[in-house]
Amino acid sequence: MSMAAEQRDVRDDALHGLQLAARLESIWRTPPGLTGALMSVDHKVIGRRYIVTAFTFLVLGGLLAILMRIQLSGAENRLLSPDLYNQVFTMHGSTMMFLFAVPVMEAFAVYLVPLMVGTRNIAFPRLNAFSYWMFLFGGCFLWISFLFNVGPDVGWFAYTPLSSLQFNPSKRADVWAQMITFTEVAALAVAVEIIVTVFKQRAPGMTLDRIPLFVWSMLVTAFLVMFAMPSIMVASTTLILDRLVSTRFYDPSSGGNVLLWQHLFWFFGHPEVYIIFIPATGMVSMILATFARRPVIGYPVIVLSLIATGFLSFGLWVHHMFVTGLPHLAAGLFTASSMLIAVPSGLQIFCWIATLWDGRPVYRTPLLFVLGFIVIFVIGGLSGVMVASVPIDTQVHDTYFVVAHFHYVLIGGAVFPLVGAVYYWFPKICGRMLSERLGRWNFWLAFFGFNIAFFPMHILGLMGMPRRVYTYTLEMGWERLNLLSSVGAVMFALSFAVLLANAIYSLRKGTPANDNPWDASTLEWATASPPPPQNFDRIPIVTHREPLWADGDTLPVVAGLSAERREVLLTSLAEAEPQIREASPEPSIWPLLTAIATTIFFIGSIFTPWAVLWGTPPMAITLIGWFWPTGSKEDEE
Amino acid sequence: MKQTIVRRVGELPTFGFGPQSGPWWGAMSFMALEGMGFAIAIGAYLYLYAVNPTWPIGASPPDLWPGTAETIIFLLSIIPNQYANRAAHQQDRHKVRVWLVVMSLIGIVLLILRGFEFAHLNTRWDNSAYGSVVWLILGLHTTHLATDLGDTIVLAVLMFTSHARPRRFSDVTDNVFYWNFVVIAWLPLYVLLDWVPRL
Repeated sequence: MSMAAEQRDVRDDALHGLQLAARLESIWRTPPGLTGALMSVDHKVIGRRYIVTAFTFLVLGGLLAILMRIQLSGAENRLLSPDLYNQVFTMHGSTMMFLFAVPVMEAFAVYLVPLMVGTRNIAFPRLNAFSYWMFLFGGCFLWISFLFNVGPDVGWFAYTPLSSLQFNPSKRADVWAQMITFTEVAALAVAVEIIVTVFKQRAPGMTLDRIPLFVWSMLVTAFLVMFAMPSIMVASTTLILDRLVSTRFYDPSSGGNVLLWQHLFWFFGHPEVYIIFIPATGMVSMILATFARRPVIGYPVIVLSLIATGFLSFGLWVHHMFVTGLPHLAAGLFTASSMLIAVPSGLQIFCWIATLWDGRPVYRTPLLFVLGFIVIFVIGGLSGVMVASVPIDTQVHDTYFVVAHFHYVLIGGAVFPLVGAVYYWFPKICGRMLSERLGRWNFWLAFFGFNIAFFPMHILGLMGMPRRVYTYTLEMGWERLNLLSSVGAVMFALSFAVLLANAIYSLRKGTPANDNPWDASTLEWATASPPPPQNFDRIPIVTHREPLWADGDTLPVVAGLSAERREVLLTSLAEAEPQIREASPEPSIWPLLTAIATTIFFIGSIFTPWAVLWGTPPMAITLIGWFWPTGSKEDEE
Repeated sequence: MKQTIVRRVGELPTFGFGPQSGPWWGAMSFMALEGMGFAIAIGAYLYLYAVNPTWPIGASPPDLWPGTAETIIFLLSIIPNQYANRAAHQQDRHKVRVWLVVMSLIGIVLLILRGFEFAHLNTRWDNSAYGSVVWLILGLHTTHLATDLGDTIVLAVLMFTSHARPRRFSDVTDNVFYWNFVVIAWLPLYVLLDWVPRL
């Protein structure tokens, strides 16, 4: 850096209006062209890619679901062979859980959290870019393997010994295990970014009790990811070690134990459900406040419920293992804890109902999806309390009753709020409103389609229809309900076609959105739609929990940040008092190169253990390239 | 929206140490999730220990000397590590260089000792579930040791270049912090690997 530049340290208080905006934009924008796109570290660019990629996987996973529903619509169908059916239901579950549900929630957080807390970029933007590439490569790896008939076929939980080498001698289970590693690396990276963004980059004055509820929900989720995902990393690593270098973790003849797998898997797998559900509750709270036209009732109750749910979610994993022959005391304890977790969820639902009751609801599409969520999720919650009891669980275990239950919880609890969130934040992200008319079609198709598809499964389960069977005989008497379910599934799929059509249409022809089209209260609506690369020309100051409703037409802001280089304001953890003007990283190609090196390492290690040896130096080199200072203004302060 | 400037932050520093800085919280988060990884691995060990009638399975316990020597060196390494910390806080480039070089050498010695420890485990990863979990845990910790050693060496080299700007001292303190984590994580593993099989 030359002396002249050092002296010319322009701050944002020396500039105003368009001049300031243009200057910040030139500093923060993603470089043009393909290389620029590959180097981007803008949380909005990466968040958008993350969202689009996750929805692409939703479509792929959904197509598999339709294939299964066609197969099951009549007795003794021959569309899918048993072997292909095993791959299809495994791919469906794995795709939906690891490539859609968790990533899409994190994707919305990557886009929205920095805007909601009033900062210019997410913490560790290059890690964010790396996370996206890992997610993309892991997802493509799984799907390309499937197209080459090496798709995993051992269920999304890959129980040993079914997934052990002895019973699964092809590469299929290895593909599953390594896909897990990819997506967990990506998810853990985002969790760390969210935690640090929320802890350190909140706008001045955004004390703990002024954090928007979606941000609270993502903070709790990030902690769940942090403490749950290491378990599945250990699980998938030990599985692949058993398969590749003959370790004996799951080999009973050498002291191994197959139930160890179930413990490791479900210690992750149960919090996983809340990793998907808690962000959705955050979305619900945000949408409700805006469309009930009043702040959500019981802010402290909701925050404490989120935290309580987070803690409790680590104490229920064994309820997935009731039929494995547990001691009675353990079964009793885990039944109690499974019922206990209904309490904080119930508290939140009462807060939402009270908010609606006391508000003046405006029934736009986002609110419709929230109402649909409440109905469906409550049904799913009730069947959840049922299967929390050991005798009922023993009866319906591995039947379609459980399939019905968890689709009510996951689709009702997460996908409905998510589609509501798409309608709600689409104008912020894309600058245009989605069509309300198509939105209503979308909602009613989804609501009826979903219930027609999944409600009959409760009954089928009680009639004894087991999960994961590729067909059934006519004498079982399951045909009519299965056909009904399949019709519902097609309706439900159509609702997503409507959503897609709505998005494509509205991107071109939708009503242009102003900064705050819904007259909402949180900071993401205080900037342009879509936001400029710097997010805010000046960092806002927060004096109230609903800043845009409290401050009227004028936003209080801070000044004094650099207009020379990328700089974010760090504030204190509890009180959000300004502490440091910290440099924020420039675009870089190294995260992509690191992700490519890591991909070679991960995929190579499936085929030869030596990949661990020759795969490490490229990773080390790319990481050093990533962190080595480039002599730019950012690095040399 | 109209804006009114109600506060100026131009006088704030551009980097800080400890909980003031972002990377410190990043390091803290990674320690938390890696600590959880260790906890899960320890849980797996104890689970296998509990379900097996004999332990260790078909092997004698590891020889004590490599693990014990490592433990002593790990504990002593906290002293030069704190000197590196102090030098970084004082922004004394010369002393930071010296202590980072010392820490790199300590890391190399430990990595060599770690090789001996693997050789003296008295079991292979494919002998039994005992061997598998012992190799897993030791491997997991070795990854941390090697990663932090790599980080220390890169920082040490960086301190000899023109990039040794003040904010890099904050990175040095984060590296110090992380080394302490590697040391603390080792202590329960030492007890688990070397002493539990002798119970």
